[in-house]
Formats: sequence, structure tokens, C-alpha cells
Amino acid sequence: MWRDALLVAAKDLRIERRSRVALQQVVPFAVLVIVLFAFALDPDRGVLTRAAAGLFWVAVLFSALLAVQRSQAVESAEGVRDAVRLSGLDPAGIFLGKAIAVAAQLVVLEVVLGVGVVLLYDVEVAGIGTLAATMVAATAGLAAAGSLYAALAAGLRVRETLLPLLLLPVVAPVLIAATRASESALSGTSFEVSPGDWLGLLGVFAVVYVAFGLIAYGPLLED
Amino acid sequence: MKRSTTSSGLTISLGIAAAVALAATVTLGLTLPRTVEQAEYSRLIAIHPGIAWTAYTAAVVTALASLLWLLPRTRRPSWDLLAGASAELAALFTALMLVTGSIWGRPTWGVWWVWDARLTLSALMLALLLGYLAIRRVPAEPEVRAKRSAMTALLAVLVVPVNHFAVTWWRTLHQDRSLDLTPEDSLDGAFLGAMALGFLAMTLVYAWLCVHRFRVARLEEAREEAFLADAIEERRREAEAFST
Repeated sequence: MWRDALLVAAKDLRIERRSRVALQQVVPFAVLVIVLFAFALDPDRGVLTRAAAGLFWVAVLFSALLAVQRSQAVESAEGVRDAVRLSGLDPAGIFLGKAIAVAAQLVVLEVVLGVGVVLLYDVEVAGIGTLAATMVAATAGLAAAGSLYAALAAGLRVRETLLPLLLLPVVAPVLIAATRASESALSGTSFEVSPGDWLGLLGVFAVVYVAFGLIAYGPLLED
Repeated sequence: MKRSTTSSGLTISLGIAAAVALAATVTLGLTLPRTVEQAEYSRLIAIHPGIAWTAYTAAVVTALASLLWLLPRTRRPSWDLLAGASAELAALFTALMLVTGSIWGRPTWGVWWVWDARLTLSALMLALLLGYLAIRRVPAEPEVRAKRSAMTALLAVLVVPVNHFAVTWWRTLHQDRSLDLTPEDSLDGAFLGAMALGFLAMTLVYAWLCVHRFRVARLEEAREEAFLADAIEERRREAEAFST
């Protein structure tokens, strides 16, 4: 399974390296979103600084939608889906590989976006460890749930509009938990609910969706 | 001969029972005394809790039916149709719950909406149900559609506990719950009676509509099959006429 996962992940990342869609379209889109937030909210009154964590994760969420759409578009073009199915790869491995590739792209995106938020929103980072842990846990959950739903909606004519409707309510807890955990990492103050609890919640979300994906991806591919 | 109506002895009695219970709820609800704190608005207790209970029940029925479809031993096309019928009613009752809750909240809390954990969860539930119904509407073979829908339902159910903790913690973080939605003082007998009657009436309405919706779905499917069979038969006759 792991060998298949690495094969699929390497394939997807190779395609990304050559086509540069993630690097030249998704990342600029995410940066554009945080610039637009600055236009919408008054930068002078400190609103941006206070809302930085939430805005960062909303931008990540929207970009993740693009990334998982792209990840499935690669599969559906020119019958790759059938070819992958016929290749005898373990479906669980395919799921894991696709999720790993999406996660890798999201991590790059989050680093770029994080630097952008620090520079543009006048934010100081107090707990880099907490922030890194939040990114890892949230990214794992987003990539797993995103890959699953993208596969569910793949091949449907309405997938572009259907995927956000299906995915966004499901990843709402990721947005809440990741925002609260990063808020405490940014300000250094602790709230009633510690970042550790939020990280635990993100971890549970990731584990649940990875586990479901490993089981359900095979039947989903058969459609 | 296939039945082409969705009415039967069961639905007629369910319908009459639902109508009687609903009429009784409305009568009792409207004759409830004014309360000191909420004046006329406390009468919403006759319908709002019942609607909320029905919304959750309908969602649970959808989840269970989806699970029964997914398990190979209990897989039957009816489970898929039941899940779909119940999901439509769950969405309807969830929307009604949010609307009646808002109407109640405006005079008593002063706002249409508060970011309370329970309200937020209900809004998310409506979004999940709408997503589920959207994926059901995508044209596909019944088998494929059933699998897709059942998986969507199960995936949505998985997120409920995580959602619950996220939303509850989130609301304890900013402020104390601005209002306690659980009534502390015990309810007066008449109010309790109206509420219980509301539960019964809404449940009966749900059961009645669900049976009808389920049968409509089954007829739709039968019609599609018959349409295909007819079309094939017609082409065959054309071919025969051509060859002779």
C-alpha cells in the first residue's frame, strides 16, 4: 500500500512540477485572497492583525478547494482514472498517494501564505512549534477529506459547484480548530481551551477521514 | 398490475391522525396563557421543539437507512429511497426549526441569530443535508447513485461529533453563552402538554409525508424502467417492420 501511495504521490507531484499549476495559479490566488481581505477590512484599525489567523485559514480553505479539484482533474483527463484502476494499484494506496500529494502542495502554500500574513498583516509569531503542529494536523485533515470528496464528485458534470457545497460544511470544524490553535500561537496568550485540545480535535478529524478514505476509496473508484 | 397511487390505508390513517394532532396542537398552543417574561411568544413552545425533534429524527433515519444500504447483508434498493425521502424532510424540518427559532429569538433575545453552539450545529446540519440532496439529484444509475448518496451521508455523520466539540469549545472561548437555552424553571403543565402534543403532531406529519415521498420515489424509478423497456420494444418493432 505504501509503495503504491508513494508511486501515486510522486506521479501527481511530478505533474505539478512540470505543469506548475499549483505554483503559478493556486499560490498567487491565495496571496491575492489575503490582499483582498486587506482591501475589505480596514488595515489601520488593527482588524487585520486580530483576524489574521482566521483569514489565513479561510484563504487556505479556498485554495485547498482548488488543489483537490485540480488533483481530480488530473485523473479524469484522457481516461487516467480507468488506467489507474486497471494498473492493479491498491485503492487505499491511490487514496493515500493523492492525499499526500495534495498535502505537500498545501504545506508549500501555507508557508508562502504564512510569510505573506506575517509581512502584510503585521503579525508576530509567538509559538512557532504550535503553529507548525497546527499546520501539519489541519493539512492532513483537509487533504484526506478533500481527496475523498473530490473522488466522490469526480466525473459528475456539476462537480465544480458540487464540491464546495459538500466539502465546506464538513471542514468547518477544521477551520474553527485551526484558527483557535493558531490564534494562541500568534498572540502567545492561552485561552480557556488550550491549543493542545484543538490540536487533538484536528488530529481526530484527520484520523477519521484518512481511515474512511482507506476503506471507501476502492468502492468509490468503481463508479 | 403496478400500483400507481401513493395512498393506502396506512397513509390515510396517518394523514388523518396527523391532521387531528396538528389541529389540537394549534388549538392548545393558541389558547395557552400569556407568560410574564415572554408574553405571547411563549406559545411557540407548541411547535418549535416538536419541529426540532422531527428534524433530528429524520436525519437519523437517513443515516441509518444509508448504513443499512451500505452493509451487504441488508442492502436493498428501498433503503436508498427511504434515505432520500427522509433527507428531504430533514432539510425541510431543519429549515423550519431555524425559521421558528429565529422568530422566537427576535422578541425574547432581541436578535434573530446568536452564535450559540446548538444554533450553529443546526445551521451546519442544514448545509450538510443540502449537499446530500444535491448529490442525490445528479442523474446516475440507481445503484451508483445509491452508493454515492450513502457514502455522502456516512461521511457527513462522521463529522458530527468533531463538529460538536469544535462548536461547543469555540463558543466557550469568546464569552459565556449569552443565553441558556435550557429552561431552568419547570414548565407549567399546560405548556408541557402543548409541547408534548407538538412532538406527536410533527412526528405524525413526518411519518405521513415520508411514506408518501418514499412511494413517489419508487414510482419514479418504476416509470424510468418502464420507459426504457417501452423504448426498446418500440425500436424492435420498427426493425421488424423494416425487415418484412
